[in-house]
Amino acid sequence: MDKYSLPLKIFLYLSITVFFIFILLPFVEMFYASLRPLKHIFRSPYQFYSDDLSFWAYREMWNTVPLLGRYIFNSFFMAITVTFFTLLFVIPAAYSYARFNFPFKQGSLWVLLAVNMFSGAVLLIPLFKLLRYFDLLNTYFAMIVPGIAFCIPTSIWLLKAYFEKIPVELEEAAYCDGASRMDILFRIIAPLSTPGIAVTAIYAFIQAYAQQFLFAITFNSIREYMPIVSGLTEFIGYQSVKWNEMMAASIVGVFPVLIVFIFLQKYIVEGLTAGAVKN
Amino acid sequence: MKKNKLNSYNSQFFLAYILIAPAVIYLLCIVGWPLIETFRLSFTNSSIAGEDYVGFENYEKLLSSSKFSKIAIRTFVWTFFSVLLKLIIGMIGAVLLNASLRGRSFFRILVLPPWVVPIAIGALGWMWVYNGHFGILSGIGIRLGILDGPFSFLAYKNSAFVATMVTDIWVGVPFVTLFFLAGMQAIPRDLYEAAYCDGAGRFSRWYHITLPQLTPVIITMSLISAVSTFVSFDIIYILTEGGPRGATTTLIIDTYKMALGNYKFGKGSARAVMIVIMISTFAIAYFYLLSRINKKVSHG
Repeated sequence: MDKYSLPLKIFLYLSITVFFIFILLPFVEMFYASLRPLKHIFRSPYQFYSDDLSFWAYREMWNTVPLLGRYIFNSFFMAITVTFFTLLFVIPAAYSYARFNFPFKQGSLWVLLAVNMFSGAVLLIPLFKLLRYFDLLNTYFAMIVPGIAFCIPTSIWLLKAYFEKIPVELEEAAYCDGASRMDILFRIIAPLSTPGIAVTAIYAFIQAYAQQFLFAITFNSIREYMPIVSGLTEFIGYQSVKWNEMMAASIVGVFPVLIVFIFLQKYIVEGLTAGAVKN
Repeated sequence: MKKNKLNSYNSQFFLAYILIAPAVIYLLCIVGWPLIETFRLSFTNSSIAGEDYVGFENYEKLLSSSKFSKIAIRTFVWTFFSVLLKLIIGMIGAVLLNASLRGRSFFRILVLPPWVVPIAIGALGWMWVYNGHFGILSGIGIRLGILDGPFSFLAYKNSAFVATMVTDIWVGVPFVTLFFLAGMQAIPRDLYEAAYCDGAGRFSRWYHITLPQLTPVIITMSLISAVSTFVSFDIIYILTEGGPRGATTTLIIDTYKMALGNYKFGKGSARAVMIVIMISTFAIAYFYLLSRINKKVSHG
């Protein structure tokens, strides 16, 4: 095949640069804003460089919003809980879809996809009533219970694709040797599908972390249970908005997801696309 | 013998259902019941105070109000251009990241942060970018002489509409890029080599091989993007709360404000039902289209 000529190469790298300026712009702005002293932030016109940048906001933000650590913990805790329960629901269901034939199988798979379409915002009113009825408003569960539901459908699809790759013969052999179905699921399938379960868990975690905002502003008004995404509004005071600290807190707040992402990015890219492209 | 074993294995519906049951029951409670309840509430004047059956009143008011049709049209325009640009930019991104250049695998990781970071936090970053006095866009504009003075992108109707759309595109692009890229890598290399031997240029190879081969992925991604864009909430709510003067109020924002801002559950539910109907119509049309394309492919 033909090689890239030098002008083409330069053009490609330039295009990639433009593309990534778009992708990374808000993060760079956030980081930049977090380094600037509050007085400087409001200095107009915009300055691209100044010599008073510091990490001061990263220290001060814990004093401005004393519960900040709690908010980050809440986010992390709720996302982990949602992930755990999602897996609990999804592993047996995905296995069943991958291995058995039964009436309504295809139909119910499509219905699962449809669940994704009615994302949380459409169903907020009855969910609000439901949570109020069970006295779950203003608790962690107000954000966890709906969170799990909206992680389940895609997770089933993801994990199903993985289970399907494990040869049935392995299970049949074990079955002939007298292993029970539960033995098969936990001793053979589970270890073999660890990467698939990992991808599903990462997906659920990222999704759970992201969707907290809507549920938090709608179902929770107690500060102690706020996730970081809604806790950030506390930097907006009556007198002034501590923008630099808010930006610093945002960056620190996404650390849990970023760490998960950086360590497992290889699996995410492979896992998410494996099932989809095959069809 | 083996075949028999497999059959008896497969025919056990009972176990199959038991395994799905927890997930299904959970979804019926948290998604199924609320969906039905939304339909029921849409025929009432439910609020914090109580509820009475009012028949089709909510719908009649909704469908005869020019405000609602304006919001609906706005939502469609917003969704259409957002999805279109997501697909175009995603395609450009995928082509760029598929080029065999140094740093390719690093670029592929670098593209994902907008998807990984919670939308609410990404939107905060954009709020900063769009700010008139200390945002970078306004800053560059002034430096280059395009703008006379500070310009707050979120304060004017048209610019706010475009600004929220750009942020939505930004959230959607990584996902689209990733799937297009994966689709491109699944295309057999010999197709390209054969075309190269026949003297096809780069663009012609992209147009005659990549694009048709990617069609299924493009269709899938357009559906997924369209549905999530149509009910995109966080971005608009954080950046503009539907303002200025309603310029970025989409159906989902309108529904939210009616239901949980004013606690008019009945009217809000009627709006939610309209959203459900619109999305379903779209999805059914899409599957119809898909099945026709599949037929075409399998027949010829």
